This record gives sequence, structure tokens and C-alpha cells, in this order.
Amino acid sequence: MTELKRPEQDARRRGRGRRRKRDGEQSMVPEAEFTSYYGRPIVKPAPWEADIPAYMFFGGLAAGSSMLAAGGDLTERPTLRRVGRVASLLSLTVTLVTLIHDLGRPSRFLNMLRTMKLTSPMSVGTWILSAYGPFAGLAAVSELVDMLPEGNRRGVLRLASALGKPAGMVAAVTAPPVAAYTAVLLADTATPSWHEAYRELPFVFVGSAAAAAGGLGLLAVPPEEAGPARRMAVGGAVLEMAAEQQMERSMGITAEPLHQGTAGRLMRASKALTALGAVGALLSGRSRLAGIVSGAALITGSVCTRFGIFHAGQESAKDPRYTVVPQRERLDRGQPIRYED
Amino acid sequence: MIGKNSLFGPIDPAVESGYSDPPARKGFFTDTSVCIGCKACEVACKEWNAIPDDGFDFLGMSYDNTGALGASTWRHVAFIEQPAGRRDGGSSAPVDLGMPSIRTSDGDTAAEEDGKPDFRWLMSSDVCKHCTHAACLDVCPTGSLFRTEFGTVVVQDDICNGCGYCVPACPYGVIERRKGPEGAKNVGIAQKCTLCYDRLGAGMTPACAQACPTESIQFGDVDELRRRAEERLEKLHADGVQEARLYGHDPNDGVGGAGAFFLLLDEPEVYGLPPDPVVTTRDLPRMFNRATAAAVTLFAGAVLSFLGRRR
Ligand code: SF4
Ligand code: SF4
Ligand code: SF4
Repeated sequence: MTELKRPEQDARRRGRGRRRKRDGEQSMVPEAEFTSYYGRPIVKPAPWEADIPAYMFFGGLAAGSSMLAAGGDLTERPTLRRVGRVASLLSLTVTLVTLIHDLGRPSRFLNMLRTMKLTSPMSVGTWILSAYGPFAGLAAVSELVDMLPEGNRRGVLRLASALGKPAGMVAAVTAPPVAAYTAVLLADTATPSWHEAYRELPFVFVGSAAAAAGGLGLLAVPPEEAGPARRMAVGGAVLEMAAEQQMERSMGITAEPLHQGTAGRLMRASKALTALGAVGALLSGRSRLAGIVSGAALITGSVCTRFGIFHAGQESAKDPRYTVVPQRERLDRGQPIRYED
Repeated sequence: MIGKNSLFGPIDPAVESGYSDPPARKGFFTDTSVCIGCKACEVACKEWNAIPDDGFDFLGMSYDNTGALGASTWRHVAFIEQPAGRRDGGSSAPVDLGMPSIRTSDGDTAAEEDGKPDFRWLMSSDVCKHCTHAACLDVCPTGSLFRTEFGTVVVQDDICNGCGYCVPACPYGVIERRKGPEGAKNVGIAQKCTLCYDRLGAGMTPACAQACPTESIQFGDVDELRRRAEERLEKLHADGVQEARLYGHDPNDGVGGAGAFFLLLDEPEVYGLPPDPVVTTRDLPRMFNRATAAAVTLFAGAVLSFLGRRR
């Protein structure tokens, strides 16, 4: 038989008794006591699975790759251009699949496009993707056309080939919002560890996108052409790690889930891999092998960042502590959130 | 139409949404001090809206086996068995409502020396708050969630694509994507209280309020209900029930005031309610600015990567 619970006992047990030392991490904030209804969550976690962090990763990779491709195009680095364009198309395809797969009614995907709502990051994001996608796709198609033997490029194919450059430029300019908006997508919720991260999360995500795309460049492009990819990778990694540090400081108690359980492991892996990849990228020089290893570390680090932040948010929603304590503290300080004219 | 208080602050939600001459805003005032925990509201809601079951579990939480609001639970009655020591804000005993007295398990009436029970029940029927600034509605990308002429918030079943964004957006954890049971209607899409939009349209009272035998759930015009709530609070305070407080009635609060608000006898979190909820979109302009700055940083960084050395 199930043990009968009393809300207040339960609250005490959860509030005071729980040690926050999982995985050897010490909590940064002293234990706060709080009350709850039988320890049940207040806000609901998003009904999202691995699709969404995967979507955020591939969106970032696509965006960064499009920028590398355009730069490669302008500075005559053909391999960088080709790798960038093809990678952005492949990533874009994965983002679409994950986005649709995640819906409760996938057949109604197009309902996303029946309206444009500025208050909905998902709506704005879908439109950002719709602006970016066709151009990134066209640039990649032109790249594939150009791989055909000269004699086979006729009619539409010739047109596609000619449009590659302008399309690639448009894709590069529309790419940064693709990488940045996913941070707002998470932050614009009542999920404590996502919302409280809203100041720095966009920087973490664009840094992560640059690190991943730069990493891919290091991995797939020979060193003669990989200079920009290397610099993008290192810059992205540094931005991501710095923004992440700052984010944890500004989140208060809601930073805790970033250090616990699955999320904690992912975030630690992300930090180690990103740092390793960045150092490797700096030192790799003309070594192809070092480029490949550092590139792979950066890409994996970016994946870990997205999944880590995703899981931390989900855990923060499942524990009423992260909803109640910050709000209760506001009230006890006599500073509830009220509208002031 | 984007006005000054579109994301935060007191507004008339129906007018804000573009209705030119809407009827008075409708809502609930739930006075938990007279709730007897009969769950008539839960049943009435299930029946009227033909909501599928959401599992039959024994939760071990007093008389609450429903657990929480969700896709197939649009009314939820919370039960809290509270020893007198925990009572918050004052030493007063519950108001005598003429209800049967509370007995301990061996049959004796539980009593302290002064003859008052050393234990009290808190019961509260929770529901969607039909927020003035509804995060669920703000973030919905399809326009499935919409504001009715009565100022309430309703899902259009045939438009929702189940993206699930409204679920983490709600600061009260009300709305949810229906998971099952298999074959039930609207599986995969978001579901919550409609404030009986169909009944309101026909000039009727919502099923839950209609079924409530103690008038704990009072339905009416929000303005009028806010007045009634203030009066009831004063009365209870005058009777010495110092722990009585209103929750969600203030148009200046974090959600611009709830269309469904409450009189509680303890802190909100005791009932599973967030103590100081805020609509997430209040911070949206700041989020947008930060994301724009990040996007510009990324672009500038990409350009910089191509400057300098040729390798
Ligand atoms: S309580 Fe939640 S579901 Fe109800 S209107 Fe407010 S935000 Fe939407
Ligand atoms: S699940 Fe449905 S109602 Fe909720 S945000 Fe998505 S489309 Fe709108
Ligand atoms: S107003 Fe209607 S839909 Fe909402 S809880 Fe009451 S009976 Fe259910």
C-alpha cells in the first residue's frame, strides 16, 4: 500500500532534507525551505523529447555553415564553400524532420504558417526558417549542380548554378537569427531554468552554433582553407563558455539543475569538449588529424550544450522548488512583481 | 494592435484582442473557505465536456486521487489535511460553517483544550485562470488558442497542431497535451478549461459552478466578482480569520489579474499554486533584444573570421 503523505511533512523533507551534492557538485545557494502540494510540480515540463535539442543543434550548425560557405565563396575557398553549403542543407533537413516529428499532430504542421505572431517565438522562428531555408537550399543545390560534368548543366540547372552565389549570400545574412531564436524559444516559458537564463542564453547558443560549424569546417576542410573555420570555432567556443559562466551566476537557484543528474553530466562534457576542441583548434596548425579531432570535440560539445540545457529546464519544471523558492523570496522581500505605471 | 500594456499591466483582454463592444468579462471567484471537497465540479466538468479518463490511480494524497490540472482534468479539487500548528498567519480557528466535525481515526472528535479542532481541512477547486495576459495564448504559433468575447482563453481543437509550446509557457501548469487514452478525442493536442464557452454562448452558467452546492465556485462578471471577493475577505477578517487572503484578483499582478481568482486560507504554494506567477512574455522585449544582440555578434564574428591571414 502506498504510504499516506502529508503535504507539510513532504515539503519539509524536500525542502530541508534533500542534499544537493549529487555528482560531487556542491550547491551554490544555501538550502531554502519551501512548501508545496505533496511535492508535486507546479509548472508542467514541455512535452518535448530529444527532437527539440537536436533541432536547436542542427539549426545552429546550419546557420554557422551558411556563413562559412558564403565567406568561403567570397574569399575563394571552394572546399570551405562546398562543405558549408552541403552541411547547411543536410542540417536544415534534419531540423525540419525533428520539428515536425515533435508535434502532437504532425499532419497539421502547416498550421504554423497560417498566422504570424510576434509574441510567439515558435511562430517567429518558423518564419525565420522559412526565410532562410529556401536560400540555403538553393545554394546547396547549385553546389551539387556544379559537381555535374559541364555538359549536363542546362536550363534550370544552369539557372540554379548561377543563383548559387546570391542565394548563399542571402542565406548567410538570414542565418544568425536561426541560431539565436532558439534561445528565446526556451526562455519564453515558465520553465524556471530556461526563463531565468534569458539574458545570456542567446549568446550561449550562437557561440555553440559557431563552435559547431567551425568545428565541422576544421573536420572536413583541408588546413589550407580552414583558417576562417578555425577562428570561428575558437571565437564561438570562447563566447559560449564565457556566456555560460555568466548565465549560471545570474540564474540564482535555478542554475542548480545545470549541475545535477543527466543535465550536469552533459554540461560538464560540453565544457570539457568545447575547451579541448578550442585549444586543439588553436594548436592544430597544418595537422589534418588534429583538425579532425578538435572539430569532432567541438561538434560533440555543442550537442552536449543543447541537450544539457534542455534537460536542466525539464528537471527544473518537475521540481516545485525552482518555481516556488524564487517567487516566495520575492514576496518575503516585499517585492512581488507588480505593474507600475 | 500593440498597445502599451499589451504584454503586461491592466487591460481589458477582449478589447485588447480587437472586440469592439464585447460583453462583460466573465470569470470565477472560488471561495475556498466554503469548499467541502465534494468534487461535484470535477464530475460536472468531465460530464459536460465529455473528457476521457486520465487514469485511476491511488495517489496517497489525502482524498485527492486526481493530482493536478491537466489535459483531461480541467477542474481539480485539492485536499490538505493540516495540523493546527502549521496554520499560517494567526491563531484563529476555522469559521463554523455548520459542517460535520472532524474525527480522529479512533472516532473521537479531535479537539484541543479550548474545544476547537487541532486540525483543519483545506480544500480548493482549481481551474485555468483565464489570465488577462495569458502566456499560453501569447506563445501559441498557430493561433489555436484565442481570446473569446468574454475575455476567456480557449483552444480551437481543429487548429492546434500539438506543438506543445503552451504547456511550459503557463505559469500555473494548467494546459497540457492530451496523451491518451488511445482512441480518445483530441489526443496529441492541447486541452484545458474553456470556461464552458459553449454554455456561456447560450447564456448559461459553466457546468462546474452550476454543480457547486456551497457556492464556493461563483461565476459572473469579473468586476462584480472582484467586489464580492473583497467583501468576503473583509467579512472573514472581521470574524478573526486572519489567514484568509485573495489570490489572483489584482489587475496589477504578474498576469494582469486572473479571470478565475481565489480566496485562500494559507499560502498559495500549500495548494499547489505559484506564489507570485508572472507571464513569461512580460520579458519578451528584453529577450528579443538579447537575441538580436547575439545574432549580430555571431554575424560580426563570422565576418571577422575571414579577415586577416589567408589560411
Ligand atoms: S492559467 Fe495557464 S492555461 Fe490558463 S489562461 Fe493562464 S496561461 Fe493559459
Ligand atoms: S499545442 Fe496547440 S494550443 Fe498549444 S501552443 Fe501549440 S498549437 Fe497552440
Ligand atoms: S468552466 Fe466548464 S470547462 Fe471550465 S472547469 Fe468549469 S465545467 Fe470545466
